Parts: sequence; structure tokens; C-alpha cells
Amino acid sequence: MAGDEATSARSIVVFADAVAPEVARALDLAGYSWKGVSSADEATDSEPTDGWAGAVIDCSADSEAAWAFARAVRKDDSGIGVLVLVGGAHLADLTLRDDMFDDFCLTPFHPTEFEARVRHLMWSSGVTTDVRADLVEYGDLSLNLETYQATIAHRPLDLTYMEYELLKFLAQNPGKVFTREILLSRVWGYEYYGGARTVDVHIRRLRAKLGEEYANLIATVRSVGYRFGQSRWGT
Amino acid sequence: MLDPHRDYVLRTVEERGVRLVRLWFTDVLGNLKSFAISPAELENALEDGMTFDGSSIDGFSRIQEADVLAVPDPDTFELIPWSEPGAAEARVFCDIRHLDGQPFEGDPRQVLRRHVQAAHERGLTFYIAPDIEFFYFEQPTENGQRPKPLDQGSYFDLTTRDAAGNLRKETIRKLEQMSIPVEYSFHEDAPSQQEIDLRHTDALTMADSVMTFRLIVKEVAASQGVHATFMPKPLEGVQGSGMHLHMSLFRGDDNAFFDGDAQHQLSPIAKAFMAGLLRHAAEITAITNQSVNSYKRLVPGFEAPVHISWARNNRSGLIRVPIAKKSNPIATRIEYRSPDPGCNPYLAFSLLLAAGLRGIDEGYELPEEADANLFEMDDAALRKLGINQLPQSLSEALDTMERSELVHDSLGDHIFEWFLRNKRREWRDYKTHVSQFELDRYLGSM
Repeated sequence: MAGDEATSARSIVVFADAVAPEVARALDLAGYSWKGVSSADEATDSEPTDGWAGAVIDCSADSEAAWAFARAVRKDDSGIGVLVLVGGAHLADLTLRDDMFDDFCLTPFHPTEFEARVRHLMWSSGVTTDVRADLVEYGDLSLNLETYQATIAHRPLDLTYMEYELLKFLAQNPGKVFTREILLSRVWGYEYYGGARTVDVHIRRLRAKLGEEYANLIATVRSVGYRFGQSRWGT
Repeated sequence: MLDPHRDYVLRTVEERGVRLVRLWFTDVLGNLKSFAISPAELENALEDGMTFDGSSIDGFSRIQEADVLAVPDPDTFELIPWSEPGAAEARVFCDIRHLDGQPFEGDPRQVLRRHVQAAHERGLTFYIAPDIEFFYFEQPTENGQRPKPLDQGSYFDLTTRDAAGNLRKETIRKLEQMSIPVEYSFHEDAPSQQEIDLRHTDALTMADSVMTFRLIVKEVAASQGVHATFMPKPLEGVQGSGMHLHMSLFRGDDNAFFDGDAQHQLSPIAKAFMAGLLRHAAEITAITNQSVNSYKRLVPGFEAPVHISWARNNRSGLIRVPIAKKSNPIATRIEYRSPDPGCNPYLAFSLLLAAGLRGIDEGYELPEEADANLFEMDDAALRKLGINQLPQSLSEALDTMERSELVHDSLGDHIFEWFLRNKRREWRDYKTHVSQFELDRYLGSM
């Protein structure tokens, strides 16, 4: 399952017979960890020890089973947020089910809208900003967000603050391609003198510190920007 | 100072068990200075700086009061990769301030900060990539012993049982652990001479990197019983060590030196910047080449520049414009070839930037390209082309510097006057020394 690679402490459970590619893609690109299930039992069996971060329930195929799943989620008292995906022809299904979901999104959805709704769901149900909790791991790389410590293959990776912030942002969003401008605004967060060259300089420094073996964790995407980790979409 | 930076530093000290934090700064002559504090004092240091007596630091002494503040720059906090296992150490570069918080005039890092800021005010960022040359010698057993190279290798040689190659490799590993990426490294022309080329970064970070670089090269060599030196001309009759500086200015994401439509793809800004460097080159040479020995490198026949000229592919000139690969706009740059690795990088970068910006502000005209081999021309031919020579000695360089209003303004009264005083003394000591050359030449014959 694609969602397992990008591990963060808590995952979103996605109910669907078969998780639609556009759902998988949107969650992956937004950097969420998730797990697809097709029954309430499966969800219980595969539930992480610290619980699910939230639920995305796809009602556009088997709506009966989907609503049954939503009911089960509400009953188990976990208090997690529920986002339902519903086709335009089935909007009426929402009637008298206000207690069973926190938000909904019409299918086919715009990925940005879906991502925004998931993010808001996480926020409103008190899951810290997003599910990216204290530990970010990717392959041999591990970042402890609480202690600011990075390790690669269990060796400490000593970084300057900006190197750390950049690596953190990239590792939280594996597989996603970022332009220099986006990295600059998201990591540096303000109008930085050096412009986007600053990003190149720091990427180089990071690669140097990661060492030959791991330098290719950060890939240059020609005339676009940078991507951390493997692309899942063949870009 | 931003809180998350400070937080990050303090947390890292705790998590990594750092025992000592070394506060680094640079004196006027470009020597790295350091004092250590315990982690317990670090938070306070980040907040208020650490007071120390600056009166015995070269160029820091003042008449009124001696105490100054070292204020750590948390962006430069790094663990030192050669500290003892189990007793981690870290370093952080400091800005030196007066006790009232004002920048201290004798601090070279503050001088460069000021010039970088002046460029920012014009929307420009100054990028530098240095090619640094140095020699490995056997550890001298006594003072005054002639340096013994480790090998007789030459340019790009892959020497067998290449002790120097292993040293270079270890050096690069340590550099990269300290955020200093390396572009190339190879055996240079002269016996035991090495070159390591650093990847470009902004001028202030690069000046810090050059300071760290010199320390790492020496540390790694010393750990193998080898002596590394950045002396510009340690061996007579072979090439000396230079520090060619590749420079560019960026306006946001765009290389301000690049103009796809212009001749040689050099923008008007690039041309005016070069013109500024050429016009003021002689004035800033005492800073880019600050020792008596520097001028034994700047002679014909050893790939060091002698003439104040520029060309695209002529290594006898002061400025070379390398042909960028595949006309990559980002790679367009100019290479300034006279500085040597014994200079103070903060002051050298400051003056190069100031001279270039003066060229831009005043709209200096770039002289004709000098693509002939200038070493083969006589003085009359050079005069006809309007090509002058760089100063031929430290004394001449100091005289030229002293007359320069650009250098005076750029360095400020304090450093300008101290530097001239200090270097005049060095010249006097040299001048009064009776050398082996003189004894060999004159003792018998006169």
C-alpha cells in the first residue's frame, strides 16, 4: 500500500472497496500517512496503537457499506473526524446523517479542495495541525521533531537550523515536487534576500551532509525544483 | 534574533551532549580566534553575548576601554566533527559588538556584513566560489628548515601511495560535515600542492567557510603528522598558492551578470562591476595579498596575474570570464585571480564588492579585452594598451592603499589605520633583514 511508506506517527483510515487513485494521490502528495480498509473489522485490526488520526469514507461506490462504516466509527468513541466523499447524485444521502460525519467533499473533487478539507478536519478534531507528529521517518532517515534531532541509519546527522527545517519539510512531503519558490516561502517563510538560490545552496549542503549513499534522497527535478524520496507517479 | 534558531541550538547542545561551545571570530589579519564556554552559559551568550577583553587581539585594541562582546550567530552553529568521541564540541561564529550593542569597528565580519547589506539595498546578493590552493609539507623539525614536499606529483596527477590524496579525501569529508560542499579537488601543478574548489554561496557564509576551511585543512593534516600551509609562495621556482574567486551578483533568482543578448553574454552590470574591480585593483591589493611573501607569487611565469586586465580565456590577466557551460545563465561569473589564501576573506570580499559596486554606481566603462599573452609584451606595448601592473611589493601596495578613498571608506578608520600601521611594521622588519640571497650574492664579490 502506497500510504505505508511515508510514515508519520498517526495514519488516516480510508474506507473504500478499492481506494480511488485520485484519493491515494491527493493524500500522498499532501504528505499524509494513510491505510485503506474495506470493512470495520479490517479497520480495527490494522488500527495503530495510538489510534487513527481521522477517517475518509468514500460513499460513491457502495454507499450502504460506507455509511455502516461511518456509524461504526462514531460508535467506537474515538472522537476522530470523519470526511465523507459523496457523488453529486447522492447528496440526499447526507440528509438525517449529520451526526455521522464532520465534513463532506463532492466527487469528483478538486485535489486542492480535498487536501484543504482533510487538513481542516485534522485541525478541528484537535490532531496537531496535521498528522505529521513527532517523528518523521523515511527509509533510514529519521527526524525527531520534538528534539530537533536527525539521524540517518541510526547515526546522528548534525544540521544547522535552516538545513534541518528544509529537510524536515521535504521529508514530511515525500514524493512531492516543490519549486524553489515554494520551498523558500514554506521553509524560510519570509522574503529572503538570497532568493531561490538560497534553496539550491542549502540543498547542496544537505546532500553533502547526507553523504554519497543518501545524497540521492533529494532529487533535482529538471527545470522544476526538488523532490524528496521516490516519486510514485513516474514524474 | 529569531527564537526558533536559538531553541534549535540549545536543544541540540542538550541532545548531542555538547560539552564545549567554541565562540569563533576573526582578527583584522584574518586569524581565527576562539574561546570556549560551557553549555550552561550558551543561552545567556545567545541572548546578550559574552564579554571578553579584546585588547590583545590583533586590530581590536582601543585606547578607551578593552572589553567587547562576542555575539554568537546561531545560523552558524555546527558540531565540530573532529572533537573527541563522548565529548562533543560545537562552534559558532560571532559578531563583535561594543558593550552598548553597537557593531565594533575592528571586527572584519561586521565590515563584510555592512557591504553585503549595501548590496542588498540595491537588490543584489553577492555570491562567491573560491578555488583554494595550498601545500602539504613534512612536519618541520626545526624552525627555519626548508619545507619538504610529500611528493613530486603534478597537475591532476593521481600519485601512487598518494598520502596527499587521502588527506584531501578526509578533508573533504570533514568540510561537508560542516556544511561546506566541495566542487572539485585535485593535485595542483607544484609538488605536494593541492587545490580544493568550494561551491558558491553568499559572501558572508563563504567568508565563514574559508575560515573553517583553513582550520580543517590544517587539522586533518596535523592529525597525520603533516603540515599544511596557505603561505602564498613557499617554494621558489614553482607555482605559488592562490585563491581565485569566482563572483556573481544575483537579483532575486536571476543572475545579474547574465545577458543572453549582450556580447559575451555579460550584462552591463557585469561589465561595470568588472570595470570597478579593474580600476580599484591596485588599491585593494594590500588586502587581497597582505604579506611580504604574497608578492613573490605575483610574478610572470607561474600562472599568477601581474597585469590589471581582463579576458575570456587568458590566464595571464587579473580577471578571467569563464565560458559558462551550455550558456547556463546561473553559471555566468567572473574570476578574480590575484588573491591568495593567506588573506582575510571578510576584508577581501568586502573590498571586491565595494570596488565592483562603485563601478556600477558610477557607470565605469569596461576597458578592451586583453586577449594577447601580456607576459610577452614589453612595457611600451602595455602602456599603449593602457594596462598597468599590480603592485610589485607589499610596500607599494600599502602606498597605493593609503591613497585610496574607496578602501578607507570601505574598511572604516579603525581597520584602515591599524592595518597600515601593522603592515608598515612588517615591511620595515623585512627590509632590515639581511637575507641568504644577499650573502650569497654580495659577500664574496664586494
